[in-house]
This record gives sequence, structure tokens and C-alpha cells, in this order.
Amino acid sequence: MTARLRRVRVSPGAKLGRKSPAQRKAAALRRPERLWRRTVAGVPYLWLLVFFLAPFAIVMRISFADPLIGQPPFTPLYDETQGIQLTADNYRFLTEDDLYWVSYLKSLRIAGVATLLCLLIGYPMAYGIARARTVWRNVLLLLVILPFWTSFLLRVYAWMGMLSGQGVVNKALLALGLVDQPVQILYTDLAVYLGIVYTYLPFMILPLYATLERLDDDLLDAAADLGGRPRQAFLDITLPLSVPGVVAGSMLVFIPALGEFVIPSLLGGLDTLMIGRTLYDEFFVNRDWPLASAVASVLVLILVVPIVIFQRFSQPDRETVR
Amino acid sequence: MTEAGGKASINPWVPSAGPRTAHHRSRSDNRPAARLSPFVPWEDPTAEPFIRIENLSKTFDGFAAVDGVSLDIFQGELFAILGGSGCGKSTLLRLLAGFETPTAGEVVIDGANMAGRPPYERPTNMMFQSYAVFPHYTVADNVAYGLRKEGLGKTEIKERVTELLELVQMQDFARRKPRQLSGGQQQRVALARALAKRPKVLLLDEPLAALDRNLRERTQFELMNIQDRLGITFIVVTHDQEEAMTLATRIAVMDAGRFVQIGTPTEIYEYPNSRFVADFFGAINLFEGRADAGDPGRIICAETGVPIHAEPTAGQALPDLLFVAVRPEKIRLSREAPAGEGVTVMHGTVEDLAYYGNHSVYRVRTDQGKLVQVSSQNAHRSAELALEWDEPIHLSWPRDCSVVLTQ
Repeated sequence: MTARLRRVRVSPGAKLGRKSPAQRKAAALRRPERLWRRTVAGVPYLWLLVFFLAPFAIVMRISFADPLIGQPPFTPLYDETQGIQLTADNYRFLTEDDLYWVSYLKSLRIAGVATLLCLLIGYPMAYGIARARTVWRNVLLLLVILPFWTSFLLRVYAWMGMLSGQGVVNKALLALGLVDQPVQILYTDLAVYLGIVYTYLPFMILPLYATLERLDDDLLDAAADLGGRPRQAFLDITLPLSVPGVVAGSMLVFIPALGEFVIPSLLGGLDTLMIGRTLYDEFFVNRDWPLASAVASVLVLILVVPIVIFQRFSQPDRETVR
Repeated sequence: MTEAGGKASINPWVPSAGPRTAHHRSRSDNRPAARLSPFVPWEDPTAEPFIRIENLSKTFDGFAAVDGVSLDIFQGELFAILGGSGCGKSTLLRLLAGFETPTAGEVVIDGANMAGRPPYERPTNMMFQSYAVFPHYTVADNVAYGLRKEGLGKTEIKERVTELLELVQMQDFARRKPRQLSGGQQQRVALARALAKRPKVLLLDEPLAALDRNLRERTQFELMNIQDRLGITFIVVTHDQEEAMTLATRIAVMDAGRFVQIGTPTEIYEYPNSRFVADFFGAINLFEGRADAGDPGRIICAETGVPIHAEPTAGQALPDLLFVAVRPEKIRLSREAPAGEGVTVMHGTVEDLAYYGNHSVYRVRTDQGKLVQVSSQNAHRSAELALEWDEPIHLSWPRDCSVVLTQ
């Protein structure tokens, strides 16, 4: 009875477009809520703007300047009398000297091969972890992440010790009688591959594990039920459905490996010309900041391509996996 | 007409005038049901079972999910395994499909022992509760998957996929990806995919659980129709007694890894063998009592004050404590005390009544304080007995409606 009366009293106001007290209250609440939501979403963008886009714009600008002996070591970015002066000399020089495209190609090759190796080693590991009993899974995952608890630099130094002429690797090879005298492993491409694969393997395993773990067991049962032998079921169901993980893991390995500086300079030989080392030499040895900026800008452009591919791959497939 | 025991030699895609029970009123042919001999192979001692489950057990870490289960299922049956969650019904289905290996016992399908046979070598196909439709395949590719694994030719696969999609009325969705489909449509794809290889046995795990009420009822009839047309033996696992009753030729009620009772829906509803089964299937009134030493047809019942007339089965051992179960719709309400041989009569007052349109449910408190539920059909627009709250009333039911339960 009372409910009906109340409804009658409210309705004329609602018809006239007046807001009920409840609606007004909701609207009042909504405004700061919306502001809050925008702030939360805006902070990361602000961060990217201040600490990525702005510095990158400065680097781009420097790459179009001329080198100068002085402080800073390049022509002013903005001159009050002459305005902004741009020169493409640095980019032209990149194409003229073989050093640069050789190091770009070498970097692409090392990063590409290392990514492939990480995938070949990481996929079975991720698969094994995802298929393991629940109790074991967390332990195995912890073991994958465990190396991160030690400094990256320290671990690379450890590899130097292990791969050197008197290192454990050579001692083991000698003891097994596989070689007569110590082999040169340190300061070769092999050492660089070892270092990169070792360092970046967890970045391949974790996203792969995430997609494989989410895979519905019923799908595999269904494939088996319909006549798919285990290997066929893997190729038909598991592999295609783990593509987003493969792409994500590959990007996470390929992108940092391409610009890697520490591993090639500590484990690589003089001929391991990766772009990270060239970049370092340009900045700190030659002090040619504009040219170094040009090298860095081109590197970013090379990286943008795989990232765009990654975005293309990951977005429509994300829904499919679930 | 009956093909029980024989191999399915007919083309399963041709609508067959296959054997069917009285439970299935919707028929694919137009002949009156009365002219068909009833489909009751389990009553024929010479009939060869199509699926033989013998002493099947499955133990997980010391816990027996399926505990020594034996069962015969005949060709063309739509058999339901019914039970609450965790009773082992899904494990039993997975044992039949080959996803689990039994700890003990064996499964024989159409004369072939399934021991050691992986799922991809069994003549069974399964429709999963989650549907398990491959998300990266189109509807047509999903249905074609099993056929491709079988190594059929392209044109044959195409023909069969078209037929199957027509069968489940999904022909317009062949190019779609599963995520563009509703739950009901995905279920149809799952059904078509499971039927594609023309399995000898189709296993269905909670086929209707994820559908809303309207869709459930429609799909239920369609499932029966498809089963009727193809003549494939269906084994359905469900927790829904209504679903089991309407779908199945026979039901096995399962609890704690064992079968409590196996029978036709009517048998299980009208003659439950235990309180568990009686309670599982719809509402029931239970009275606690003991048999009269002189007359086993009289159950002395302290709760009601009056003895209950019953017909214990001949040879049924009657312990000191037993139960009489009476379905609410078997009890008659009347203002005058009814008389008659073997009629149990109680007196009480109407405590609660609920009108459901097609029937009404009354809760009557007897003079001794026992609450009894009664339901009566509203066959006429105005009920003959316009009962009101707190009205004194007589309850009565004949002797053959009392079910004596000893466990």
C-alpha cells in the first residue's frame, strides 16, 4: 500500500524531467568518480610523455644537429637569431660507413637467432610447467624467476668465469677427453648467444606459461575424443592457441636483445659488433652525440616494426584464447 | 523391428522408425505409438547388452570416485546417470570415453573390450559440459575435425558437415567463429561435432545445464528427436532429476560412487528403493514407523497417531525402523472423512497453500503435529474444494500409494 503511494508521489516530478533525490545523489557521486578514473588512467600516460616521448623528441632533435667541441657537444637546438636549424648529415653518414649497417644486421641476426633458441628451449619448459601438478607449478615457476634475485651484471661476470680458458666448461671438456686443449668460447659469438639466451629465457617462459596454463583441458580431451592422437592434438589445438604467448615472449626477448650492450661487450669478441656497442662507442668514445642520436633513432624505428606486428597479432587473438 | 543386440547396419542419417519407448511422445514418423511394441530390452533376458560395465572402479589418491559399478545398457537407449555433485557420475562418463583409466573392472562396448584403448580409438564421442568448441576453428571446421582425423575425402567431409549443421539447424553459421555464437548455438556445434563420426555411443555431460529454462526445454526435445532419428545410444550425465525423467529410457541414480537404483523413470519415481532416491526425485512425505507384528500391511506410526496402510513387497525384510513414503499428488483432501478398506486417513488443518496455476500445493499440519505436503491438479477453473487457511481437513490415500522403505 505505502509503496504504491510513494510511487505516485515521485512520478510527476520524474515526468517533468526533474531528477529524483537518488538520481541527484548518484550524479554528484559520479563527477569526482569520473575525475578520479581519469587521473588514474592519465598518470601512466603522463609518465610516458615526460620520461619517454619528451626525451625521445630531444634525442631526435639532437640527431639533426651538428657535432661541436664544447658543452653540450652539439649545435644549439634552438637559436634565437636563426631559429631551428636541421641537418641530415648524420643520417647520411650512417648509410656511408659500413660499420653501422653491419652492426644493425649483426644485432638483428643475433637477436633473431637468440629469440628462436629461447622459443625452442622455453616452449617445452613452459609446457612442462603448465602440465605439472599444481603443487609443483609454483616451485618450478619460482626456479624460473630465481636468477632475477641476483644482479644481472654479476651473472654475466659468472659466465665469463665459466667460459674462460681455465673455466669449468673447458675443464669439463678436457676431463671428458672431448678436447686436447682449452677451446676459445669466451669473446666469441657463441658466448654472446649463451649469455642472451640464458638472460632472456624467463621472459619467454613466463608469457608462454600464462597462455598454456589458461588452455582449457576439455579442448584437448575433445580433440582426443574426436580421433586426434596426442601429437596431432598438440599441433591442432595447443600450438595455435598458444600463438599469443609465442608472440609476446618473442617480443619480450627480441626487443631488449636487439639493443643489448652489456652481454656483447663482456662476452663478445671484437667482431661481435652489436648496435648497442656501436652506440656506446659513438656516445662515450667519439663523443659524437648527434651521430649517436641518429643511431639510436634508427634503432627505435627498427623496433617499432616488430611492436606493431605484435599489436596486430595479440589483440584479435586475446579473445579467442579464453 | 527391435535391433537391440544387432549391429547398426542401417544408415544412421536416414530417419528410422527405430524402437522407442512410451516415454517419448514426440515421434519422427506419424504412426501411432500404440502400434509399436514397447522398447524394453532390459526386460528381455535374452537381449544382448550393447554396453557392459562390470565392477568398474576409479580411485583418486585413495578416494573411490567410482566404486565397483556394474551396468548393462542396450542399443538405442537414452540412458541417464543421475546424481548430485561429486557422486562420481562425471568420472564414470570419463571412464567410458577413455579419458580416465579404471583402477579395476572393465567396459565392453558392442562386444569390444575397451581396456587400454585411448579415447581416439573408441567408438564413443562426447559432448562436453563446457562444450569445448575449438575457439580458433570455424563452426564448419569444428564439425569437420573428427572426420579429418578419420581421413575422409574432402567432398565427403563437406557433405557430412552440411548434413550435420542442418540437423542441428546451424547451417547459416558455418563460417562463424565460436566467440560469435551464443551459448545455445555453441552447444549445437558441440552436438554436431560429437555426432559427426557416427559414434556407437554418444556421451553427454550435463548437456542442458548451461542453458536458460526456455532453451532447455526446446533443446531437450530436440535431443530426444535426434536420438530417435539416428538410433545412437546416448548416455547422459545430469544432476537434474526432471531432465533425467523426461529424457531417459532408464535412469541410474548414483551416490558416493555407487548406483543406488536403476530403473525406468516411472519405476524410480513411483517405487524408489531408498529414502535417498525418494527424496532426490521431487517432493515426498516420509513417515517413520515400524511394521505391526500381526499385520505387515499396517505400519505403526508414532508421528501420525494412526496406522498407515501399506503393501510391503513380498519377502521384504521389515526392520524395526522403517519409513513410509507418499508422493504429495497421491494424497486426497476432503472435508468428510473418507471410508474404505486399506485407506489411510488423517485429520489436520491447512497451514499453507500455494497456487501454481496448473496445480496447487497445500501444507497440512496433522492433529499430531506432522506437516504433510499435498498437491492437487486444478482440473477445473474453480477448485471443487476452495480451501482456506486454517481449515480443518481430512487427508487420505489408498494402500498402494504407500511406499515402504527400509533404508
